[in-house]
Amino acid sequence: MKRERAAWTFVAPALSVIGVFFALPVLAAFVLSLTDFDLYALANLKNLRFVGFDNYRDVLAASLFWKALFNTLYFVAVGVPLSLAASLGAALLLNSPLARFKGLFRTALFAPVVTTVVAVAVIWRYLFHTRYGLINYALVHLGIAPIDWLGDPHWSMPAIILFAVWKNFGYNMIILLAGLQGIPPDLYEAARVDGASAWQQFRFITLPSLRPVLLLVSVITVAGYFQLFAEPYVMTRGDPLQSTVSVLYYMYEEGFKWWSLGRASAIAFLLFALTLVITRVMLYLSRRGEAR
Amino acid sequence: MSPRAAKAIVNGVLIGASLVVLFPLLWMLSVSFMQPGEASTFPPPLLPAKATLANYHELFVRAGMGRYLFNSLLIATALTLLSLAFNLSAGYAFAKLQFRGRERIFQALLGALVVPAQVTMIPLFLLMKWLHLVNSYGGVIVPALASVFGIFLVRQYARSIPDELLEAARLDGAGEWHIFLRIVLPLLKPIVVTLAIFTFLGSWNDFMWPLIVLSDQGWQTAPVALAGLAREHVQDNELMMAGSVVTILPVLVLFLILQRHYIQGLMLGGVKG
Repeated sequence: MKRERAAWTFVAPALSVIGVFFALPVLAAFVLSLTDFDLYALANLKNLRFVGFDNYRDVLAASLFWKALFNTLYFVAVGVPLSLAASLGAALLLNSPLARFKGLFRTALFAPVVTTVVAVAVIWRYLFHTRYGLINYALVHLGIAPIDWLGDPHWSMPAIILFAVWKNFGYNMIILLAGLQGIPPDLYEAARVDGASAWQQFRFITLPSLRPVLLLVSVITVAGYFQLFAEPYVMTRGDPLQSTVSVLYYMYEEGFKWWSLGRASAIAFLLFALTLVITRVMLYLSRRGEAR
Repeated sequence: MSPRAAKAIVNGVLIGASLVVLFPLLWMLSVSFMQPGEASTFPPPLLPAKATLANYHELFVRAGMGRYLFNSLLIATALTLLSLAFNLSAGYAFAKLQFRGRERIFQALLGALVVPAQVTMIPLFLLMKWLHLVNSYGGVIVPALASVFGIFLVRQYARSIPDELLEAARLDGAGEWHIFLRIVLPLLKPIVVTLAIFTFLGSWNDFMWPLIVLSDQGWQTAPVALAGLAREHVQDNELMMAGSVVTILPVLVLFLILQRHYIQGLMLGGVKG
């Protein structure tokens, strides 16, 4: 049929690109993760050997992998709730009928989202500077001893989390704001007539109405935060004492510093599986909570 | 609490939050005009004692930042134009044209969204090497020519085009591409602008893949070069701030001009890539 053929000329270019540069590499990544692809194989494919699940076994036996996994989970477990709280707080303020100059504030609060992560990481590295950083300067004024943010393994990850919250909260703020604007005003009207306090209105109208949107942004943010990479690459190089090595940073070093491409592929798949399991569990728990 | 007090609190918190959020960007601008070494004193100065362009001079003349910015601009522009062509035509077809397996293919594409990009990076690097695209603009542009997110966004928007309009044009004997270029594209204009900004900003700000595929200095984009400088010049704060200014400024200005379209796309897409 002529129209069917014409339709294919519209989709074929895009589907070919996605097939060759996305679908094929995903399959190849799995095959690669079952081989010992390294610098020698890069020079000559004859050196390539099939090793089964050895890469996965090696990675799971490497202490640095577990360290990286712990760091990444720390970043996700603390960073995501903080980011969402900041997003929700900002969205509530912007949605308040009392707020003035809403467009201006929205733009100001959203600005970090469009900035280049590498460039703003450079700024924050300087803000966190132990001796000249403005953050410590402010702390000293509040009577708190200066903190060696990026040099102390206890503070390096909190520093990166603070930076990530600043950089990212505006994105979910916009989506939550749209959700807030979709709540029918008569719900609040009725609650006020019944004498509900502001907190009760938030607890029994705002939060339940936002539930689907909150779930959506939580899942996106969790999946995004598992891919922590540029922040430690620029701010700490994974140091001090490997306290900011993320799983993706570990994959990058294995793959493109040591050229263990087989092992790096295994790390990529482990991270993928972990992200998938955790986001699925979030969706499942939320659905079960709804049914109750 | 009186309404006036409540109003003062809400607006006061908004002003405070905006200042805290914007402060790092404003301070970056201020430090970039300071004399070398001036920012490494205690207490840290807020404004330069004597503003200078020395850091920018050093950045462009000695560190070759002009070349990196040019690379970024060229890659982002080319990718935006080319990927628009791929995503617009595919997104429109998924919304309005009939072909076998349309829904199944679309569901498969959406399913692919859960696979994070880093899974593909290692085989993609080998593929690029085999195609001789490592250390070339093509290495960054070619794999990103089509995106599921772009196709999805266009499809959502194109569904609102009335079928009668297309049928009428077909009855007049117009070909499918003619209809697409003459009738559909003008109707898709708002989503074209939105997708263009998303693609341009995404490409400009992208870091990990360009870091991997553009290891050679001459081809590096601004963020990759800046990260390299940052890891070398840990002490030169004023120089680094100037580097951040020139990297951020283009995208920030573009966003400020076109933010209405950007925010609209955010609401429409809901989910980004």
